[in-house]
Amino acid sequence: MIRPIALPLALLALAGVLATVISLGVGSVAIDPMDVLSVFLGEGTDLQRTLVLELRLPRTLSGFATGGLLAVAGALMQVLLRNPLADPYVLGLSGGAAVGALLAMLAGLGGVVVSGSAFAGAMLATLMVFGLAHGTGSWTPSRLLLTGVVVAAGWGAVITLMLAISPARELPGMLYWLMGDVSYARTPWPGLGLLLVVCFIVVPLGRSLNVLARGPMQAAALGISVRPLEWMIYVLASLLTATAVTMAGSIGFVGLVIPHMLRMVLGNDQRLILPACALAGGTLLVLADTLARVVIAPEQLPVGVITALLGVPTFLYLLYRSR
Amino acid sequence: MASLKRPAMQTLKTRELVIDIPGRASGYPLNLAIESGQIWGVLGPNGAGKTTLLHSLAGLRPPRSGSLCLNDKPANELKRRVLSQQLGLVFQDRQDGFPATVLETALIGRHPWLSPWQMEGADDLAMAERALEALDVLHLKDRLVSTLSGGERQRVAIATLMTQSPHTWLLDEPTNHLDLHHQVAVMKLLTGRAKAGNAIFMCLHDLNLAARWCDHILLMYPNGEACWGLAERMLVPSALERLYNQELQTVEVDGTPFFVPKRG
Repeated sequence: MIRPIALPLALLALAGVLATVISLGVGSVAIDPMDVLSVFLGEGTDLQRTLVLELRLPRTLSGFATGGLLAVAGALMQVLLRNPLADPYVLGLSGGAAVGALLAMLAGLGGVVVSGSAFAGAMLATLMVFGLAHGTGSWTPSRLLLTGVVVAAGWGAVITLMLAISPARELPGMLYWLMGDVSYARTPWPGLGLLLVVCFIVVPLGRSLNVLARGPMQAAALGISVRPLEWMIYVLASLLTATAVTMAGSIGFVGLVIPHMLRMVLGNDQRLILPACALAGGTLLVLADTLARVVIAPEQLPVGVITALLGVPTFLYLLYRSR
Repeated sequence: MASLKRPAMQTLKTRELVIDIPGRASGYPLNLAIESGQIWGVLGPNGAGKTTLLHSLAGLRPPRSGSLCLNDKPANELKRRVLSQQLGLVFQDRQDGFPATVLETALIGRHPWLSPWQMEGADDLAMAERALEALDVLHLKDRLVSTLSGGERQRVAIATLMTQSPHTWLLDEPTNHLDLHHQVAVMKLLTGRAKAGNAIFMCLHDLNLAARWCDHILLMYPNGEACWGLAERMLVPSALERLYNQELQTVEVDGTPFFVPKRG
């Protein structure tokens, strides 16, 4: 709580810019990082301008926004449940949001309705997991995880069912709901905007979150209205997850890996951790997406494959250590 | 301690307060007045409701009936933040979900005093360090709380309350896990705070700590009955034997009675 905040955030922001420049340069036509920068200064060839600004920039920014949103959502849920294993994907929020979005799309609706439906799906999924796992006592890690994993598997089955009954020609475009893929993102701006707003909200909220992380009774004794704060975190985490899922499908484990790594280095002051999660989560997903584009080029991997390959060992390590 | 400013007079009153203990049909109404300068000890066997009473007094658990007033104002009409500037509580169980250092843990005591946009300043830091020093844990300030012993954690928890610096201190078995020297040190610290004008209200399991340091006693019987008053009138062998269902032998030290369980 008394560590300097500006330096780590500046370093993470620099890493984010570097990752973005690398990501914009990599692809079927490689562009030198210096040329990428010159495009932003209004120079470069027409081909470079089209490639960087029109084809690659929206995807990269969408990746950044998605990663940031998921990492912040994960960090918030971890405070809410006082459990470092909480993650929107593991607990089935992403699945619920994906089902909500798919339902709206199958009904022929688009735009805002899809996002709203995804939000409702994420809220419903959270309510189910929290309600069922709470049961008679507190959220014990094993109960919570079991409930979350089972609910997530249920959402996966529903998604597969909906894919099975939808027209075959739409299948490739819909599969990404299961694994997550940034290439289908339409526009990065709502996600980036939300990410920025959240970073400003969490600064005044951060100290309350620090106290809440000590348990609800201690928080109440230190002057926090626990219920309203818990609801606010819950709604915020659902909103962030739903926005991320409508942009890029259900990408897993970003919300688990990033907060965990940052806490190991920076401690657990939410006023620092939450903005740091936004930057580091964005950076990680931009890099993962760059990797996904080059590993089996010219074919592309869904970015969710990369994050899962990073996330599964982290998750198992945390679970192993918690016993 | 001289740097902590002297708090104004304050009274925490309960009116016909019946605490809510699940499974206990009847409850005994409490009419307590906990005032500046007093040190209260709550005695009773396991399950008598001591912890529930502390949580009710802190406004963390609604009573079954009756009300709680702080300076004649109903406590449930006060904002949580204002209440926690007046009233603090050391819990018996603590959960450390995430790693935190000793200094960070003490610093959260400043939470009720800071506005949302405010960061902890040099004054807050100094208060936290003074409290850690008073509890003899300042040398551990950069250690993670999860690596401390039970007694050290207990002292960090009391230091957090001291950093919060409310008027009324509620403590749930503050001498738990403490060695003899630190038990005495904590009781002396609490006596000092009471002399400076704070009100102290704590649950204790050690009859003799209560006899030595408390000026007011509340006895809570397992059937829900309770009686309270000045220590010398409450600490009589017959009442205590009934309280704990244990025969006692009384000895006198420094003019105060001490109680030892009878053998056999």
